Parts: sequence; structure tokens; C-alpha cells
Amino acid sequence: MIARDSPEPDWARGYYRAQNKLKIKSHAMSETELTHSRVIASARENTGGHVSTLALTTHRVLQWLQSPRPYLMFIGFSLFLGFWYLAVEVWKLPRFAEMPGLTAVVSEWLSKNPTYGLSIFMEEYYLHIWVSTRRIAIAFFLATAIGVPLGLFLGWSRRFKQYVFPVFELLRPVPPLAWVPLAIVMFHGSETPVIFLTFLASFYATALNTMLGVESIDVSYIRAASCLGAKRWQVFRHIIVPGALPFIFTGLQISVGVAWFSLVAGEMVSGQYGLGYVINTSYTMVRYPTIIIGMVTLGIVGYVTSAAIRLLGDYMMQWRTRELALGGDR
Amino acid sequence: MSTQPLYTRAPMPIAGTSTQANREGGVRIIDVVKMYGTQDTGVLAVDHCTFDVPAGEITVVVGPSGCGKTTLLNAIAGFHSLSSGSIYLDNEMLCGPGKLKAEPGPDRIVVFQNGALFPWKTNIENVAFGPIMQGYMTRKEAFEKARGMMADAGLHGIESNFPGEISSGVRRRVEIVRALMTDPKILLLDEPYRALDSLTKSVMHEALLEIFYKNRVTIFFITHDLEEAIFLGHRLVIMTTRPCKPKKILDIDIPHPRDYSVLTTKRFREFMEETAAAVHEEATKAFAAGEKER
Amino acid sequence: MGALSKWPFKVTSFIAGEDLWRGIVAIAVFLFFWEIGSRSEALFGFAFPWVGQVPAPSAVLKEIYRLIQEPSFWHSAYLSTFRVLEGFFAAMLVGIPLGLAMAVSRTFYGITFPVFEVLRPIPPLAWVPAAIIFWPTQELSIAFVTFLGAFFTIVINVIGGAQSIDVRYFQAARSMGSSTFDIFRRIILPGVLPSIVVGATVGIGITWAVVVAAEMISGGGSAGSMGGAAGGGLGFFIWNSYVGGSYTQIVAGMISIGIAGYMSSAILRKIGEWMTPWLAES
Repeated sequence: MIARDSPEPDWARGYYRAQNKLKIKSHAMSETELTHSRVIASARENTGGHVSTLALTTHRVLQWLQSPRPYLMFIGFSLFLGFWYLAVEVWKLPRFAEMPGLTAVVSEWLSKNPTYGLSIFMEEYYLHIWVSTRRIAIAFFLATAIGVPLGLFLGWSRRFKQYVFPVFELLRPVPPLAWVPLAIVMFHGSETPVIFLTFLASFYATALNTMLGVESIDVSYIRAASCLGAKRWQVFRHIIVPGALPFIFTGLQISVGVAWFSLVAGEMVSGQYGLGYVINTSYTMVRYPTIIIGMVTLGIVGYVTSAAIRLLGDYMMQWRTRELALGGDR
Repeated sequence: MSTQPLYTRAPMPIAGTSTQANREGGVRIIDVVKMYGTQDTGVLAVDHCTFDVPAGEITVVVGPSGCGKTTLLNAIAGFHSLSSGSIYLDNEMLCGPGKLKAEPGPDRIVVFQNGALFPWKTNIENVAFGPIMQGYMTRKEAFEKARGMMADAGLHGIESNFPGEISSGVRRRVEIVRALMTDPKILLLDEPYRALDSLTKSVMHEALLEIFYKNRVTIFFITHDLEEAIFLGHRLVIMTTRPCKPKKILDIDIPHPRDYSVLTTKRFREFMEETAAAVHEEATKAFAAGEKER
Repeated sequence: MGALSKWPFKVTSFIAGEDLWRGIVAIAVFLFFWEIGSRSEALFGFAFPWVGQVPAPSAVLKEIYRLIQEPSFWHSAYLSTFRVLEGFFAAMLVGIPLGLAMAVSRTFYGITFPVFEVLRPIPPLAWVPAAIIFWPTQELSIAFVTFLGAFFTIVINVIGGAQSIDVRYFQAARSMGSSTFDIFRRIILPGVLPSIVVGATVGIGITWAVVVAAEMISGGGSAGSMGGAAGGGLGFFIWNSYVGGSYTQIVAGMISIGIAGYMSSAILRKIGEWMTPWLAES
């Protein structure tokens, strides 16, 4: 199970232990598992043993389409959007008086000549998306480049952890946005403080999850490797790093989410351009539909970045994807 | 160091005075004590344990859960230190006074209870891991040897799969092949078949014996299953409940090679009779003491 | 082979000695370099980049000492804490039942989860303008945004926790003749409790972050007109200190928030441990 939305995995050790004791298996999966094994068995016979990852993925997509899930999803969205539409434009509920309606937002977003200047046809729109994404990219890569090695060492070397972790933990409780004024004082310019904020939040999530990943590696693997003659650095390279990879990627997904959180906050306070800035100024300039456009765009871009990382993780951890697709361990 | 009362057959000669003890892989455990924690508040896991593991033979240690037999295995392997006593491998001191902890090494490879095949490497990468890490084979050579050994063990065809894709029984066998790649002096098996169902287990036993007949490597095997112990072992060591101490040591003289038909022979039943009472007594004591599986 | 032989890292040995001292030494070294860095202009004639602008720990300490004697500071702290608790409890109140409903009924899950997942990536702060338009008062909009922050985390963790309850517990209960309500009360609720605790501990951290951010944005920000001064709070305090040019106050404020955030997480974790005694390691 993934610990979602948590930059703080202190609790996670107990949580994961509890999980393992309960032996995770959602019982609703059992039917799908049976079908899987049947399909895999027949696929094995046909292809002579090796089922490709593509085949497994295609199979799962087809399975999904045949389940009730796409239709329930459709119902859910219809209810949500329908309610929004009705509340603002048809029933005209008092609370929703000033809210931009669904049609207003959609028509604005998709219009070639938007009233307030932002739609999918306007260049400025993509400029804002680009600026925000660029900031995220810089901060995220920095955070990963520093956070992953740091996390690996924190988990690997007890002495290192004794020295470094207390300082790390000391600074962590301060929320990212509380750093804004100090960041403005420390770094000159308007770009750097924003990127610094984003970096900070991202860095903590990555480093902590990586450390937890290393500490969660079953000691038997390390012992087996030493038995087989691996020296310390070899154990690090062949056991620790791949073994912590699942946690690292969970941490990266969380880190990207937290990065967006901080970035938007930073942009709203002190930025020029960017999606946070768009939302902020749309409010002050009474361009309400654009607020929603900004929010929706943020949601999409945020989701895409998170999904990209997850896909990268799935690719790098082939062994896991295949194991899970085949229904877990037997 | 009185070992005589425990033996029902001829005792093992003292180290250095017999050709038998000089054969590769023989382990002597002499007066080993292991205590976790401090003198007053600690837990005594191993209490003055002394016995021999003859080279080239399968020695099985049977005892109730949590009695400390894994601690012994870990001490031989080099994962735990001793509190006192010494352990010799082929007349060289592994650990003892002055050096309470051995170094883990490829001459004493462990096969773990829940399996320790690296899930992120393919089976063949796993098997070839040892020689590549130690640097005495190139990747290509190691892979070739690995392929050969896997085919020998009847594991052909799964080389490029990941451990997560094969069944646990097959995983165990791959792990044993991995252990044998580096020509270890002694193979340390820590209840390796514990998690398997008894049908798979019976197949695993025969597979292990086959491997043993081909390689003649010394095997030190821990289990709580008496039948498994008598079936596999040349020598059986029955341990008391915690703190563990050899309660009874037997040489199983059922001839090798053995197969599963041995289970129904009279000799097998005789051994069961001899040992079942002792094992059961210790098991009851352990149960009364509320032993928990760690 | 030090790390290998002492695996796994045991928290209890932290108190035992060398860990504690090494930590103290590390923090002392950190503070030392900070002090030197802040005074670099005076000491070396040129200011270190970044650190040179930061007020020194000694000055900050004095400021903290002064602040804890001022009632207005405590008033700000109280306001922030109140907002955090407000939003947090609202999130728990709505999130836990919703999460349980989603975990129990696959139909409900199928309908609501996609919408939930689509809304989740939108950062809570992006909701601020929409919230201000929607809710009649400033306080309510901040409360709403705060609620959102913790809400998503709690729901996700509740669903995860409910789904991971071993199906055999259900089977055992049914075979002993439990009614559906009984199962809910005796299997699902306790089984989900650890995840709720986890979600809560994480959620409150997020809530603090959101509250501070919202206070800063309402009180200051480049827009500045997010509906007037939102009546104080620690976030506003920090922003004000910046605007007023009192840098030591900024850092003092940051430390206070850090302490408050840490304490609320720790208290929650303690409550969580008390509520789930069966998880304690013997």
C-alpha cells in the first residue's frame, strides 16, 4: 500500500508493519486474479512461457472496460458537473450567485476569442503553464538530485543519520510558505525564492521516503548479499538502491504533489506569470471564469506530472509491475 | 566438554587429530553461549552448546520454535556474535575468544526462511551474483555457469523471469543453486521449506538430496519438522527449548541415496520412535513457556 | 560493517547515549555556522551569500524571549491554532465517513472516486479565490481551504486502511453470526483506526501549511486585496514582520510555527497510539 499525500513518514514504519501483518489483499480483486491466471496460463502456452508487459497491460485495459467502472465514473462526473451547472445557471442558488457557471467557464476556455484573455487557443495560456512547469522541473530535479542520495545515506549509515537527521528534523516542521519572507530576504530576485520554496518542500518528502525505503529493506537480502561475497559498496549498489526504489518513487510522487502545493502558494504571494499568479490576478481583476480555468489547468498538469513519475517508476521497476499484474505472490 | 552421554554412536574425534575432521566443511561448535542483552536483564538463547557438523554430510538440527537454533546458524554465518565459546570451520577458528563475530563469507552461504532471492534481478542474474561480486568471473562466464547449473537442477527455462513470477518452491531451488555457485564449504539452511505446503516440500526434499549427491557439500539444516529431519539427515541433533542445548544426537544410518519410499520403511519408523518422545517433550515445554515466533 | 551488524535501527537505543550526543553535537555545529554566517559582514568584511542576510540565532533567541511576553503574539498563535483545529476537525468529520462509504460500497466508490481524484491534484491554495467568492465571510473561506488540505489525505488513508483489512476477519465474523452493523462496528472501525491515525497525523501537518499560507495571502501578498486583513494569525505575523523590516521577528515566527506544528503532530500521534494499543510493539 502506498502512503499517499504524506511528506512525513515517521509513522510509516508502524503503518507498514501493521499492513504486513494483515497481509494485504483486497478481496474484490480475487475474481480478477482468477481471470488473470487463466489468461496468463493460456498466454504462456501460446507464446512459450514469456508474457510481454504490453500484453498484460492491454489485457488489463480490456478488463477495465468490461467492468462497471467506466460507467460509474461517467455517472460521477455527470452528477458533479450537472450539479454545478444547475446550481449556478438554472436554479440560481443564492450561495452560487457570483460563481462562474459551467457553460461560462467551458465556453471561455474553448473560445477562440476569450473575453478575459485566456483559453486553449491563446498563447499566454501556454506561457503560464510553461513558467509554472519550468519552476517545478528545476525545483523537483534539484530536490531529487540532493534528496535521494541524502536519503540513501541516512538509511544506510547509522552514524551519518545520527549526525545529520536531527538537523534535518529541526527544520522540517516549518511549513514551506513560512519560509517565503526569509527566502525573499536571502535570495534576490523574484524567481529564486519561489523555486527555493518548492525545492524545500519537495526535498523533504523525497529524502524522508528514500530513507524509509532503505530502512524497510528486509535484512535477509543484505545478509544474503554479504554471504555471496559482496563488499559494502556492492551491497549498496545492488541491494540498497534497487530495494529502496519502490519507496523512492512513492516519495517522488508525493514530492511532486507537494511541489505544486508550494509553487502555487509562492506564485500567489510573489510571482509573475505562472498558474498561481493567474488565479490570483483573475480574482483581483474580477475575471471569475478564468479562476476556474486556472484551477482546472493546475489539476490537469499536476495529475500529468504525477502520472509521468508513476509510469517512469513502473518502467524502472519491471519486476514489480509484472508481479502485481500476475496477481501478487503465490 | 563432555559430549559422550549425548551420543548413541561413536563420538566425533577431537579437532586436529583425525582425517575426518580435516575434510572440507566440517564445523565444530564448542561450548557456545549466546546471551542477548545484559547479564541481569538479558535473554539466554544458547546455553553451552557443543556438537559437531561432520564434513560432507547433512546435519539437521531439530527444535521447537524460538529455541535459539537460528542464533547458532547466524553465529556460524557471521551475522551474530557469540557471548562465549568458539566455532571452528575446518580447524580454523571462525569466531571465539578474541574474535566474537565471524565475517560473513561465500564459504558459508545461508538460504533463508522466507527466501532472499533479489526480486529486482532476474533469476539468472541472481544465480550469477556471487561470482560476479567476488570478481573471479566475468559476467559472461558467470551467466554460462549459472545456466549450466540451473539446467542441472532442472530449472531450465526460467532464467529471464523475475523471482516474483515463479512459485515459491521453484524460488527456493533457484536460491540453493545460487548458493552453490560459489562452491561453499558449508550450506546453512534456516528452515527453508517452512513456508511451503507439505506436497511441495516432499518434492523439495528430493531435489535437495539430488543436489547434495551431485555436490557433496556439507549441509547444516534447521527445521522443526522431525520427519523432514530424519528423511534428510545423516546426523540429527535434537535441541532443548530455549536456551538451546543438544538434548540428543543421532546418526541416521538409513542408506543413501534415499527417496520418498524411505518414509514407510521400518528403520524410519524406528528412528521416529526413538526421537519423537524427546522432541515432543521439548515442544510441550516450549508451549508452556509461551514461545512466540520472532 | 557497523550499520549491517546493528540492523535494524532501533529507536529505543536513541536514548541510550551516543545517538543523543551526536545529534546534539550536530545541532550545535549547525547553529555555530549559522551564527558565523549571519555575522559574516561584521566578522569578515563581506557577507556570505544567502546566510549573510539571515538574522543570527542569538538575535532570534532574544526576540523569541521578548515575544513570549507579548500578549498579541499569543493571540496570533491562538488564532492560527484555532483555524487549524477548525479545518482539521471538519476534514475528519466529513472525510472519515466518506472514506468508509467509499471503501464499503464499490458502486459508491466507482461514482465518487474519479471525481475525487480529479479534484485532488488542485492545490488547496488554488481554491482560495473560489472559496472567497463562494463563502460569505473571509474566515469561512480560509476554513474551507484548510478543510480541503486535510480532507483529501484523510479520505485516501481511510480507503487504503479499509481495503487492507484482511478479508478473513470478515469471514470469521460472519461465521460467528455477526450482523452487518456488528461487522462495521467491530471489524471495520478498529481495522481502519490505524490508517485514520496516519491520515490525521499527516493531515494536520498539511493543515498548518495551508493555514499559514492562507494567512499570508490574505494579509499580504502581491495582490494584497484578498478581502482586507484577515485578523492576524502567525502567518500574517510573519508577513507583517517582513513588511515592517524586522527580520528577527520573521525567524522567530517561523520557529514558533515549527514548534506548534511539531507539537500538534506529536500530540496526535500520542492520541493515536493510545487508541490503537494493539499495534504497540511488545
